[in-house]
Amino acid sequence: MGGVTLNHFLVLGLLLFLLGSYCVLTRRNAIGILMGVELILNSANINYVAFAYFGGGRYDGQVFAIFVIMLAAAEAVIGLAVVLGIYQNFKTIDVGAAETLRG
Amino acid sequence: MLAEVIFYLLAALTLGSAMIVAFSRNIIYSAFALLGTFMGVVGVYLLLAADFVAMVQLLIYVGGILVLTIFAVMLTAGIADVTVSNRAVGGVPAIITIGIVGLVMVFAVYRTPWHQASEVTVDPTTYGIGNAFLSEYVLPFEVASLVLLASLIGALVISRREAKD
Repeated sequence: MGGVTLNHFLVLGLLLFLLGSYCVLTRRNAIGILMGVELILNSANINYVAFAYFGGGRYDGQVFAIFVIMLAAAEAVIGLAVVLGIYQNFKTIDVGAAETLRG
Repeated sequence: MLAEVIFYLLAALTLGSAMIVAFSRNIIYSAFALLGTFMGVVGVYLLLAADFVAMVQLLIYVGGILVLTIFAVMLTAGIADVTVSNRAVGGVPAIITIGIVGLVMVFAVYRTPWHQASEVTVDPTTYGIGNAFLSEYVLPFEVASLVLLASLIGALVISRREAKD
């Protein structure tokens, strides 16, 4: 593939991971944190597919990327259901406000 | 040459949208910028000859997760108020932490002699992935269906309203 090497894709995934980490670390909005998690999962998937391509024709990396996408869907469903439950109880989705476990 | 141009365009789309997601002061802009990131990643998968993964990404991420996220943003009131909707705290410690992690990871990426095949073969992946799912990965495949069932029931249980009686 021309001059595009494995390292190009690894650095792309790395930068995406760092942006997602920043999002998770600094956001106080629970939905914003979930968006950061989606960025991190996407960066991991880029690495899986890049290794599958440059590792020579095996499908293991792509199969695991599909498993990660499936788990991301389950995570988004449960996470957003929890966030909406928090919103119904506390009238806010600031994660600092929902630190009590009493519900 | 062409592959390089396409790669840098896709990387710019992905990372630019991801920066809006991470730094935007309005949660609505973050939610819609997520679309650009997911589409950029779809392009990266196509560039890497992973056609089936790209279509799965398009269907599940863009068609499912993104719509769900935008729904959740719209359902929580007070989103117009920036200080409520997207308050960000601890920027400086976060940047320091991420800088250290990033330096270590760049070091790891460039110093590791990755095992690479000398010749890259490209053919349609659907046949191979289907075979892998039903032979080598049949147990994770079945566990995945169980996980999806559990998350379906779990989401219903969490989000239902208590019956008033």
